[in-house]
Amino acid sequence: MIKGAVIGLGKMGLSHCAIVNAHPDVEMVAVCDTSSLVLDAFKKFSSILTYVDYQDLIQKEKLEFVIISTPTRFHFPMVKYALEKNLHVFCEKPFSLIPKESEELIKISNNKSVVNQIGYHNHFIGTFRELKRLLQQGIIGELVHFTGEAYGPVVTKEKGISWRSKPEEGGGCLYDYASHVLNLIQEIIGRPMKVSGSQLKSIYSKGVEDAVYSTLTLNSGLSGTISVNWSDETYRKMSTSIIVHGKNGKIICDATEIKIYLKEPNKKEGLEKGWTIKYITEFAIPVNYYLRGEEYSAQIDYFIDCIKNGKQAIVNSFEQGHYTDKVIEMILANAKKN
Amino acid sequence: MDKVILGDNQFFAVNHASDEKARAQSIQFKEDAAIIKVIDTAINLGINTFMCTTHDRIANICDHMRANKQRYWDFNIYPCMPYAHKYANAFTELGIVGTIKQYVPGNLLGAFAKGGIAFLSKDFIGLMELLIDAEMKMFKGLNTPVIFIQNVLVDMILGLKMYEVFSHYDSYIRKKYSAEPGYITMNMPLLLDALNSIGIENPIICSSINKIGFRMSGGIEIYQKYLNEKQFRPIAMQVLAAGALHPKDAIEYIGKFPKIESVLFGASSKSHMQETKELIEANIK
Repeated sequence: MIKGAVIGLGKMGLSHCAIVNAHPDVEMVAVCDTSSLVLDAFKKFSSILTYVDYQDLIQKEKLEFVIISTPTRFHFPMVKYALEKNLHVFCEKPFSLIPKESEELIKISNNKSVVNQIGYHNHFIGTFRELKRLLQQGIIGELVHFTGEAYGPVVTKEKGISWRSKPEEGGGCLYDYASHVLNLIQEIIGRPMKVSGSQLKSIYSKGVEDAVYSTLTLNSGLSGTISVNWSDETYRKMSTSIIVHGKNGKIICDATEIKIYLKEPNKKEGLEKGWTIKYITEFAIPVNYYLRGEEYSAQIDYFIDCIKNGKQAIVNSFEQGHYTDKVIEMILANAKKN
Repeated sequence: MDKVILGDNQFFAVNHASDEKARAQSIQFKEDAAIIKVIDTAINLGINTFMCTTHDRIANICDHMRANKQRYWDFNIYPCMPYAHKYANAFTELGIVGTIKQYVPGNLLGAFAKGGIAFLSKDFIGLMELLIDAEMKMFKGLNTPVIFIQNVLVDMILGLKMYEVFSHYDSYIRKKYSAEPGYITMNMPLLLDALNSIGIENPIICSSINKIGFRMSGGIEIYQKYLNEKQFRPIAMQVLAAGALHPKDAIEYIGKFPKIESVLFGASSKSHMQETKELIEANIK
């Protein structure tokens, strides 16, 4: 049994905790949080040990990995401490608020044979994987433009009291929603090298933005836009999509379906001229335990699999998470100028 | 339980295969009258059970049913609580304590006269009962013979292995509401084992059951084994695998398992409801 712990029991932390605890190869040893309410629930209903101090937990318990799902500003000291103790680390997204810090964490992990992974779970959604594969096959020809979007109803009134309303702690739509879109574009289409026309708009929040708009230019020279808004109550939950235009067609992809339009048929892929629509039912990654979406279990399964087989994560590595931190920094700087 | 149960996903922009279709549905069902019309059509076709989340708009539907008691006196509602996205979105914005403050009815200090949050942590079961009562308020005076907990919560408790919570839920629903507790899950075999381990026998479990194994965690083989060998009262949902299967094939597959008591399905048009109802009745004995 591989022994692990979860540090930070917010929405993602509790979800990771349930997924890890249900994994047949893992023994969930302990959890750590500062909320006595949450820890008391663990004390009362489970045999998992509870800690309020992560260093205390890591020192006292014999662990092989930790999952860090605290507010973003705590990622750096916690990941650093865990790496120094030779633990495999799965860290929630975004990786860090300061790219220099995430760069330092990559350097430390490069000197250790530990698995490092960031929680950009969209890469474990079958439709986005299929989008990447189809683009690698070049099925829509030379790319012309892309659009990355995410909308959802997180802040729909003028209030809000948690760390997500404080920019210095990693709150705001850019770190939360937009980081997913940026990371998807980066890993599926190409790495943004330049950003322009960035706008961060507050709609209901004070102190942080509720919407992010920007133009990205990738390493290939291709440019496209992102449009992200977490104050859009026309969506029931977060909805993320990528649209890519090419000279031979267009692909529209979200978590539930992938719609492909081709000017000419593609025999190799068995795709006809015109529209082909495929659904997640065809691409969902099978999991042994499901909570809120296959992708959340699939990313943890992948992390545990990497630990078991002594291999490095090539999906969602620290380096990839760090690059997204850099793009976020570029957007912040560009928005300030505007 | 009735063989045919009408679900409510189509009313609230839930579509597991297409966000676009979901949006179209949310436009179609903007007015409560549009939802009531579909329910009335279902009743005219002989469908007598509606399974629904504790979405704010369901409260309006319940008001309508109370105001027209003659029409709905023998109609069954199976509430499913909580409407998870309400809590999940609040959780992201307000944190756990903020969410509880927002949804515990009335003043928190009033509800927990002995000292708010500090007291809460010593009485989770009391908190759970308060939240259940808050969610159930909208159904007062209507028939709710089975009351479900939603899959996000069931599966979270299951993963955390906090099984004791299930037994408190089970006994509270039986005692306070004289109803049968039900469980919605994406992990049917794991859940049944967990419930049996704490002495809950023959539970009502609603889970995805379909020919292609969609959202059947652990794989289709173990689901089939449990459907053939274990003692429980299954309700099949997602039988069409989010539209990937043809209704006839899909429901013939369900018919292979005599243990399945009911099929939950979502539909908006009369012809679709009629077709599905006839298929279910022809295949489920």
